[in-house]
Amino acid sequence: MSAADTTTPAKLPPARSAPPPPLVAPQPPGRKRTLSGSAVPWALLAPCLLILALVLGYPLVRLVVLSFQKFGQSQLWGFQPAESVGLDNFTEVLGDSEFWAVVVRTIVFAVTCVVFTMVIGMLIALLLQRVSGWVKTLINIALVASWGMPIIVATTVFKWLFDSDYGIFNALLSRIPGVDMIGHNWFASGPEGLAVITLLVVWGAVPFVVITLSAGLTQVPKELEEAARLDGAGAWKVFRFVTLPILKPIIVMLTTLSVIWDMGVFPQVFVMRGGHPEAEFQLLTTYSYDKAFVVNDYAQGSAIALLTVLLLLGVIGVYMRQMLKIGDVE
Amino acid sequence: MSGMSSMSGTSTAATGGHRKSKVGWNLLGLFVFVTAGFPVYWMLNTAFKPAKDAIDPDPSLLPTGLTLSNFSRALNIADFWGPVGRSLVVSLTVVVIGIFVGMLAALAISRFAFRGRKVVIVGILAVQMVPLVAMIIPVFLLLNDLGQYDRLTGLIITYLTFILPFTVWTLRGFIVNIPRELEEAAMVDGCSRTTAFLRVVFPLLAPGMVATSVYGFIQAWNEYLYALMLMSQQNQTATVWLGNFTTKHGTEYAPMMAGSTLMAVPIVVLFLLVQRKMAAGLTAGAVKG
Repeated sequence: MSAADTTTPAKLPPARSAPPPPLVAPQPPGRKRTLSGSAVPWALLAPCLLILALVLGYPLVRLVVLSFQKFGQSQLWGFQPAESVGLDNFTEVLGDSEFWAVVVRTIVFAVTCVVFTMVIGMLIALLLQRVSGWVKTLINIALVASWGMPIIVATTVFKWLFDSDYGIFNALLSRIPGVDMIGHNWFASGPEGLAVITLLVVWGAVPFVVITLSAGLTQVPKELEEAARLDGAGAWKVFRFVTLPILKPIIVMLTTLSVIWDMGVFPQVFVMRGGHPEAEFQLLTTYSYDKAFVVNDYAQGSAIALLTVLLLLGVIGVYMRQMLKIGDVE
Repeated sequence: MSGMSSMSGTSTAATGGHRKSKVGWNLLGLFVFVTAGFPVYWMLNTAFKPAKDAIDPDPSLLPTGLTLSNFSRALNIADFWGPVGRSLVVSLTVVVIGIFVGMLAALAISRFAFRGRKVVIVGILAVQMVPLVAMIIPVFLLLNDLGQYDRLTGLIITYLTFILPFTVWTLRGFIVNIPRELEEAAMVDGCSRTTAFLRVVFPLLAPGMVATSVYGFIQAWNEYLYALMLMSQQNQTATVWLGNFTTKHGTEYAPMMAGSTLMAVPIVVLFLLVQRKMAAGLTAGAVKG
């Protein structure tokens, strides 16, 4: 956050000072009265806000309330009223060493996914600028196909690729002389299994990053790069001091979005482990799900979900700032 | 990262000649193409090959034959058209309502200056950031209370809230790219605000709306967790249907890949049609900002 604060003040003031005029100005000419009347916009917004309030706003409040209650099977069926238990759910969750193991695992998993996604995405975007037209088309087709694949289908396909007996991945590895991987079960251990899932997540996430960064790269003025090159900057320096600063807003946006998405990975783990992820595979999302729908402790599940949202709040803040800056341009 | 070696190779070649360096980059590009495309290729390869070739411990990388038997097996393993029909009903309803409601909201925040506009924008953006997985418990309880568990209407309302923030934000992006002067000119010529919108803005907005609808459709079609939790086995949707290939006796991979192909191909084609438009809409102004 502080890094963004120190680098952006030069840009922020004009953006901040721009909106007020339209807010104050619309009064004078009589013709524009309908434009400034605030009843119309609110009427237009009403259906949207109503739906969001019902199925997002209310559950969000309910999530918070639940996490301070005792809510199990008997409360679900209405045999017993839900009673408040104060901070009990949180002390129980936070005092559980398994919870902390899950938190650490989730963060390591998400960070690995984000770093690989961004680095590979950037490398491919740069590569696209250097290849011939037909290679570019081929890569784009492959990228859009993997981007468009439903997550469930992609997960199913990866499950097949990494099947212990008949999976192509083990077969290919075994073709290397001296390596025999036939029958190797990638999901026997947590770290190996999560590595496969990381690969799946990165494979699915790279295309969006590449396509967005490619669009950004076309906006980098060629003259700037040329000038830097004439001044004796090597390829790396041109990238580091010319290209990267121009792309920074996009990179911040993509990184924050990726963090949010990768912290929320669920179906990949859930389907890969046949609906019952083992302890070694639990991420915050599956852990919360398990507590709620397997152990039937909805309150503790909610507490875990709430803690996940709190964990993400900082990242969400950075993302929102960036989006609002973009939104303020006009 | 075996591409690293060829990359250093090309940088030395670059001093030699322009054409030579292009060859190096192209080879690296082909490597990326093969790696990124392989899972899709292998899905299609397995789907069309005879089932017995799919359980070969040393499979051939090239197609071994062309058969549709995996597809007929996939269609028979569990009711296919029921889940697909349900998914279609849900996704189409969500898109139609979502686009209409979203369009009204997008107009409000992009064409009107009013008190609270900023709060609404922040709210819509913030709501989009709440991880959907975190909401499953209260949404499940809510629909349970409303008697909407295992009902398509329950699923529709739920998906609507996932699609709306994104729809509003994207449509807003398309609307602000249409010059306000066009509308004003029409109004000077005697159009009311509504007719000015319908006759001038709406036609210009149509491509953006189509792209946003298709994208929303894909999102709704692909959703898994809520479909799994909110619907019973008899009322499962298309994504959940794919789980039928794994039983206690093991997984039938070849038919499962055929099922995956059936699920993925229409979506990927739709996606190909709109992705250019969507990427532009999502990132419009990002650099200038």
